Amino acid sequence: MDRVSVQTNVLKANQELAAENRRLFESEGTVVINLMSAPGAGKTSLLEATIPEFRGRYQLAVIEGDLQTDLDSQRIRALGTRSHQITTGTVCHLDARMIARALADLPVQGLDLLVIENVGNLICPASYDLGESIRVVLCSVAEGAEKPKKYPVMFHKADVVLLNKTDLAAASGVDLRELRTNVREVNPKATIFEVSCRTGVGLDAWVGWLEDAIDSRSVAAIARK
Amino acid sequence: MNIVLRGGIGLHEISIAQSIIEIAEAKAREQNSRCVQVIKIRLGDFTTIVREALEFAFEIARRETLAENARLEIERVPMVVQCVACGSVTDPVREVCLICPHCGLPLKVISGEELQVEYIEIESEAERV
Repeated sequence: MDRVSVQTNVLKANQELAAENRRLFESEGTVVINLMSAPGAGKTSLLEATIPEFRGRYQLAVIEGDLQTDLDSQRIRALGTRSHQITTGTVCHLDARMIARALADLPVQGLDLLVIENVGNLICPASYDLGESIRVVLCSVAEGAEKPKKYPVMFHKADVVLLNKTDLAAASGVDLRELRTNVREVNPKATIFEVSCRTGVGLDAWVGWLEDAIDSRSVAAIARK
Repeated sequence: MNIVLRGGIGLHEISIAQSIIEIAEAKAREQNSRCVQVIKIRLGDFTTIVREALEFAFEIARRETLAENARLEIERVPMVVQCVACGSVTDPVREVCLICPHCGLPLKVISGEELQVEYIEIESEAERV
């Protein structure tokens, strides 16, 4: 019996495809968000609240990932925004290959912002780089203040953490400060926003932050050309 | 290929097991072997992979591959964090808190994120004859 050294990251194939996606996105100057959360935290509601703020100023599109149905894509199209639905069947996350395939239907040329709404799941999507520029994790306060501690890998890898449904904090018996502290402890560097997609409270700060990210990306892309 | 578990439940450990086997098969073919006997991986504590689920997924995913009879050996890598400012090292982390207890600055994860195929053991052509 022979022992043969391998020394290969198990996710190497995905990482290589993600790097290809990233090169494409960067060459087009497109900001790409990988939006992740537990099911029902409000990912699609966040997009419904955010997209109208950008109308007429930025070109944007959405890739929706779900196990079944194109209900979320229908909600995005109802806003007049292009959307491509990926139905994964039984697969609990999106991977870089699925995104590369989706781009055949939804070209990034001319896009300022592409949002990839991942499958609702706080575990698996954390491991799969899609080629995104910004990782956004959404957590609804109604899920409980301890979620960042229970799913530390997901929260640790986030660039931005949005705490949604703040209007339900009192009704859910959740202390927002405790939730915020728990996010900080697993990810001291994340930018945190407290929002309510239903009432609109706090969305201005998030929209402003995202505008800055898009504008600085466009400047960087023009500089490269 | 997607493997669907009874009841239609998919787990990411299935995808991970398939990737492990693909990496092992590619290396075995490179060595002109048709039989992988051992696959040794390193699995960090700060990943989303559950050891038992991965072992179960591996049993399913190895069917009809060059790793059909392979044993999966998993070396657990503990999570270790270090303060970039004061250098203090913590091991292991019980309740994940990545703020340095000494100076309050962010801690860096220096180990525990591993998910790597270390080596395979294969039957050589000579052994087959």
